[in-house]
Amino acid sequence: MNFTSPESLVFWTTLIFVVFFLLMRKFAWKPILGAVKGREDSINNALLAAENAKKEMLNLKSDNEKLLAEARAERDLMMKEAREIKEKMIADAKSEAQVQGAAMIESAKATIESEKNAAMAELKNQVSSLSLEIAETLLKEELSNKEAQTKLVEKMLGDAKLN
Amino acid sequence: MVLAGIGAGLAVIGAGIGIGKIGGSAMDAMARQPEVAGKIQTAMIIAAALIEGVALFAVVVALIAK
Amino acid sequence: MRIANRTIQFLFSLSFLILPLMASASGGHSESADKEFSATELINSHIGDSHEFHIADWNGHSISLPLPIILWTDNGLEIFSASEFHHDNTGHHVAKEKFVRYNEVIFYADKFETLKEEDKSAFNFAARPLDFSITKNVFSMLMSVIILLVLFITVARSYKKNSMAPKGLAGFLEPLVIFVRDDIAIPNIGEKKYGKYMPYLLTIFFFIWINNLIGLIPFFPFSSNLTGNIYFTFVMAFITFLITTLSANKAYWGHIFAPPVPKALYPIMWPVEIIGMFTKPFALMIRLFANITAGHIIILSLISLIYIFKTVAIAPVSGAFVLFMSVLEMLVAALQAYVFTLLSALFIGQAVEEHDHH
Repeated sequence: MNFTSPESLVFWTTLIFVVFFLLMRKFAWKPILGAVKGREDSINNALLAAENAKKEMLNLKSDNEKLLAEARAERDLMMKEAREIKEKMIADAKSEAQVQGAAMIESAKATIESEKNAAMAELKNQVSSLSLEIAETLLKEELSNKEAQTKLVEKMLGDAKLN
Repeated sequence: MVLAGIGAGLAVIGAGIGIGKIGGSAMDAMARQPEVAGKIQTAMIIAAALIEGVALFAVVVALIAK
Repeated sequence: MRIANRTIQFLFSLSFLILPLMASASGGHSESADKEFSATELINSHIGDSHEFHIADWNGHSISLPLPIILWTDNGLEIFSASEFHHDNTGHHVAKEKFVRYNEVIFYADKFETLKEEDKSAFNFAARPLDFSITKNVFSMLMSVIILLVLFITVARSYKKNSMAPKGLAGFLEPLVIFVRDDIAIPNIGEKKYGKYMPYLLTIFFFIWINNLIGLIPFFPFSSNLTGNIYFTFVMAFITFLITTLSANKAYWGHIFAPPVPKALYPIMWPVEIIGMFTKPFALMIRLFANITAGHIIILSLISLIYIFKTVAIAPVSGAFVLFMSVLEMLVAALQAYVFTLLSALFIGQAVEEHDHH
């Protein structure tokens, strides 16, 4: 094998390799490995974020369903309450009307009674005054004519019966 | 020169048998467990390289001794 | 069948196109026609290093790009062009009145005269100046560094504008970066500590890979055999060794100097463990060197067959084999870069691992 002097290649290989290594480390491997690592990290992060978003979506969906069910239940409850209120109101109105009607009847009765009493009292007064008048007239007639007196009394009594 | 050649040849026979056995066993292992084929392959190459190194020593010695 | 035939035909014609290129690119010291062809010489000249970058042969003249020669002599620095040697590699032509070149090693001309044949080696430092030349391999390494810097800085810039999925070049290179991180660094070093070593692992992975590939391209600005050069792999393995040793924690040293064996065995265990520290990077060095060199030797030998048999009839056969080997070598190029990076990560992982048990 035709080797040249060993020192030549040993020297140049060492020198060139060391310089080459330093240059490559600074200008090539650092940016390349950095970029690769960065990209891997970003891919991992993106996958993680997607996973999280999926989970969140699921949560949101179940939340929505829960909310919907709650709303439905609330609606049912409200409708039930409304129905109850309506029924109660009707019942209340009915009983009130009854009570009021009864009260009105009562008061009408009372008025009638009091009117009747008042009328009776008036009647009594009139009867008494009439009796007095009759008596008066009777006395006056009697004093003049006996027959006429009797006639008068009878006539008056007949009148009184009419009342 | 002839003796060196014979020496180199003997060394190569040994290495050939060795590497052949490694390759065969690795194939066997890979067929049994294809899921770890990558690891077996790396181990195979390392083992083969080590045996080859010994054989190359012998060849170099034979070359120098000529 | 017809498609298969067509494919084979296409591959053969392709191999005819490429073969002359390969042969001329590899025949660095192409001898004139009268000289006997030697496959060993051709292969040696290709897988070795050189002071000039051979491009092609034209009418028996070698066309090559002369590279700068930088020598540290007894009287200081000397810089001149490799063309001063006039393609001479046999120690006959004296350049600058002081230097001769013998088998790609530069000697002092006056001392070279008196050297015996076995002393004419690169390790005879007394007879030669220190050579810091920009050789073919250094040139190729600089080129690979520039290619990688341009590629990856472009990618890094593209991330500033585009924070979405990577496109274009980034889309091609990013999976490789992630592969190094997820399949090499994290399993071997551990989730906690891998970040610190990522730049190193990425750098050696791409550096070795692209230099393996450059070695497979058979024409001019490429075709060097850098990763198949033992000095190069030595430096790479030594850097891994340094990083491993410097970042080693208590558990690692404890495992070496106080292994879980009876104390009486320590004198035996210490040398074993300490040698073990060095054999791991040593194996790393040899593995890369031997694999890549072997690949080049096989491809070149297959091409040499044509010249050895001196017939064109063999060309389709050798071309088909070369094509097959080239495809295989492309796989090996990536695999060896992977193995080097993987084992570096493994050694670093062993050094920084926290032992809870002993």
